[in-house]
Amino acid sequence: MLLRHVCWQLPPFGRAGVGLIMKTTLESVVIKFAGDSGDGMQLAGTLFTDTTAVMGNAIATFPDFPSEIRAPQGTVAGVSGFQVHFGTSGVHSPGDAPDVLVAMNPAALKANLHNLKPACIILVDVDSFGKKDIEKAGFETNPLEDNTLLDYKVIEGPITSLTKTALADLGLDNKSADRCKNMFTLGMVFWLFSEPLEQTIAFFEQKFKKNPIKGEANIIALKAGYNYALTIEAIKSSFTVLPAKKQAGTYRNITGNQATAWGFLAAAKKAGKPLFLGSYPITPATDIMHELTKHKWAGAKVFQAEDEIAGICSSIGAAFAGNVAITTTSGPGMALKTEAIGLAIMTELPIVIVNVQRGGPSTGLPTKTEQSDLMQAIWGRNGESPIVVISASTPADCFDWAFEATRIALEHMTPVILLTESYLGNGAEPWKIKSLNELPDIKPLTLETKDASWRPYNRDDEKLARKWVIPGTPEMQHRIGGLEKDECSGCVSHNPQNHEIMVNIRKQKVARVANFIPEQRYKGKDAKKLLVVGWGGQFGILFGAVNELQKEGKDIAFTHFNYINPLPKNTAEIFSKFDKILVCELNDGQFANYLRAVLPQFKYEQYNKIQGLPFTVKELKNKFTQLLEEK
Amino acid sequence: MEATTLQCLYKPKDYASDQEVKWCPGCGDYAIINAVQKAFSELNLKKEDVAIISGIGCSSRFPYYMDTYGFHTIHGRPAAVATGVKLANPELSVWMISGDGDSLAIGGNHFIHAIRRNINYNLILFNNEIYGLTKGQYSPTSERGKITKSSPFGTVESPFSVGELALGAQGQFYARVPDTDVKLMAQVMVEAEKHQGLSLVEVLQNCVIFNDKTHAAITAKENKANNQLILEHGKPMLFGENNSKGLRLNGLELEVVTVGENGITTADILVHDASTKSNVLHNMLIQMKLPEFPIAMGVIRNADAPVFDQGFTAQIQQQKASSKYNSLDDLFMSGNTFTINT
Repeated sequence: MLLRHVCWQLPPFGRAGVGLIMKTTLESVVIKFAGDSGDGMQLAGTLFTDTTAVMGNAIATFPDFPSEIRAPQGTVAGVSGFQVHFGTSGVHSPGDAPDVLVAMNPAALKANLHNLKPACIILVDVDSFGKKDIEKAGFETNPLEDNTLLDYKVIEGPITSLTKTALADLGLDNKSADRCKNMFTLGMVFWLFSEPLEQTIAFFEQKFKKNPIKGEANIIALKAGYNYALTIEAIKSSFTVLPAKKQAGTYRNITGNQATAWGFLAAAKKAGKPLFLGSYPITPATDIMHELTKHKWAGAKVFQAEDEIAGICSSIGAAFAGNVAITTTSGPGMALKTEAIGLAIMTELPIVIVNVQRGGPSTGLPTKTEQSDLMQAIWGRNGESPIVVISASTPADCFDWAFEATRIALEHMTPVILLTESYLGNGAEPWKIKSLNELPDIKPLTLETKDASWRPYNRDDEKLARKWVIPGTPEMQHRIGGLEKDECSGCVSHNPQNHEIMVNIRKQKVARVANFIPEQRYKGKDAKKLLVVGWGGQFGILFGAVNELQKEGKDIAFTHFNYINPLPKNTAEIFSKFDKILVCELNDGQFANYLRAVLPQFKYEQYNKIQGLPFTVKELKNKFTQLLEEK
Repeated sequence: MEATTLQCLYKPKDYASDQEVKWCPGCGDYAIINAVQKAFSELNLKKEDVAIISGIGCSSRFPYYMDTYGFHTIHGRPAAVATGVKLANPELSVWMISGDGDSLAIGGNHFIHAIRRNINYNLILFNNEIYGLTKGQYSPTSERGKITKSSPFGTVESPFSVGELALGAQGQFYARVPDTDVKLMAQVMVEAEKHQGLSLVEVLQNCVIFNDKTHAAITAKENKANNQLILEHGKPMLFGENNSKGLRLNGLELEVVTVGENGITTADILVHDASTKSNVLHNMLIQMKLPEFPIAMGVIRNADAPVFDQGFTAQIQQQKASSKYNSLDDLFMSGNTFTINT
């Protein structure tokens, strides 16, 4: 927590301090809501985020939850967390460690103890600290009574019982009343940070229109928590985080998956063709389908297929028939789609395949983040089968990269793989809303009237792209398919020379996309010693870490790749300026190895993390500093 | 019901592409492509409005030989590709060409789900009870004990019955035809195109190389009269020389009877109702086997049910008409937003 006006000096907590409540202004704060996976922590975190976003703070969020819907209650394995970093400045990532931890039970406390900032505020529900709960979490003695939390500021509240008391008059059953304790807790947190309740109240009024008693219960609990914190003066100060200094404009809070969905809606509109999504549910990609299916009003055709293969194959069919066709999945689904991606490459049809990466291999870590499907995306098919691969770097810019993926697919008649990550898909940040007017038109390569000289695999000289002749176009009937085709006539061909020519054409076609994308940029024009290279969703954390070292005057620069295949044309030129190149990624070195294959003239150092978790600024700074200090 | 060729846009041969047909001499596929061309001509289909989608296997080379839009996809997946084509452009007349391996083995999942959804395209299943393109392994429709290259001691598994599988998957149109009867095939394909929803046509097709005469007991000229019951909606179920034999219900069982014997008249013979909602009798007709029964041919089931692509499109239209948003800009600006002024 960075302080601006007043130092973070709080007296150790007695229960009810008396005196004036001081308001302390903070630059940024990291809060983690943690509880059982049924405790409603994701909702509490999301509602807190929505309010801070609307109050104009910079935000970044990181939901972290088990893959079971209701993992064993009270155990560390079942802890669900939602971390939100909000502030005036310096918010590039959800933050390394919390300044405030909400622990709804001993397990939530246990799961986070190893990663707390010094002097962290810990808000606990003492009602859930019974003997059994403590044992289940793996504590030998009650952490609230031994010295475990000596270094922290603990706010103990009987949250469960107070929630029930507050709701006594509503006549709810025990379980329903119990469920509102997350809102009681949220109310307390809102008080701590001087945030208004109106937006959360409006949310419940809207959500429970048809069941007002439930809405009322949540609102009562929320207000009761707020008032309780005020009454006990939970801590001597409450805090204010001022709005961030952002570019002028209208913003909204958005998750990566929602931004991806909207990017595709916008791209289809700008291409003047209907959007088709063929998909099969898979964590953590399903929310893209959930979002798009709400927007049938915009013409979105959303087809929930019988499996991953049918998801992509229906998209390939839709692309053949003239729609802007996409499919969404995660690693295991990507593996199943592999053969069909080859078909899209062979038939040169424009589809976008989104892989919201998670931990692998196999089923792996469904709810955890990783960047380990990069090799699969670039090379994971039979035959010589090059494909365009791009990646998003923040939750909000998923919008731009979904749009760009569609543009490349349609303007180059090629399948495109868009890599995002669980960390991006579920994470949220403010998005400066784009209007359709400010987006460029996408120009599909359709051919709508008869051209006697046309053949299915004729191509233009610049892009080597073939034309998109959509069934229904008179006198242009033709056949495509997975068999190799003659370079000229487009008929099936097993001619040896022709095959080599076609392999080369497909390769060149993807390579030439580099002529139609912007140059790579980097931050740190004067630096010479160390270039930090990143790609995908770790942008914010890498940027934050490099930024801090640059402010300290270190000889360090940063470049982040969104275009993976092909790479921007000036990549080698940038690399050649530095003594050391360090590639940082959440895998065992896949981008580094890719760079070794395509730009072998440079030496690449690696920094890898394969824990299903994002980088932390701290560990990155340590690594960068070590490399800067070495000769 | 057959239109004369004079009234048609195209003659059957006009639907052929310029590509040399490369099926083995004597292959049943030649008769099937002739029947499809004949049906297209009778249906007055514009070439540009037809999309033929195939999978992998001998049958799946079909689109290359037709002067329509065509897509030779990958093994087992044509049903999924065809689904995308139809949803993307419901105006197209979509025909899927597949075999017993393509649709019932590797593509079994897509096959049953396409039928279950009742999406409006025609699925022509070439059933030769063998894998031809991989040179002679048993297929999911090969009879138990079948000796093939991959089952030198005979198979120890039971085959699918295509019609029963289709009805089990909520199929609303199922027809069975022999590849020896171009006229019947063409008639059935016309009916298939007219039916709203998924129309499955199983063609008993002969693989002259790897499984020659597998259907001969049914399809050979000399067996046709006694071993095929060609069903027509609204007509009595008669077969045999001079239509002397017929089917009637005896309790819950079908029974072959001879008209004129034991006081049986044509009035005792079952009349085929392809459109009835209940598929019980259709299933019994599908199950009939030689030598006790003839093999049922023609359109066995042709019933109405909600059509997937129509519902899919209608829902989009409803949402367009009732949406609170007029544009994507409306959507982007909806809900909680906040404005920063400099």
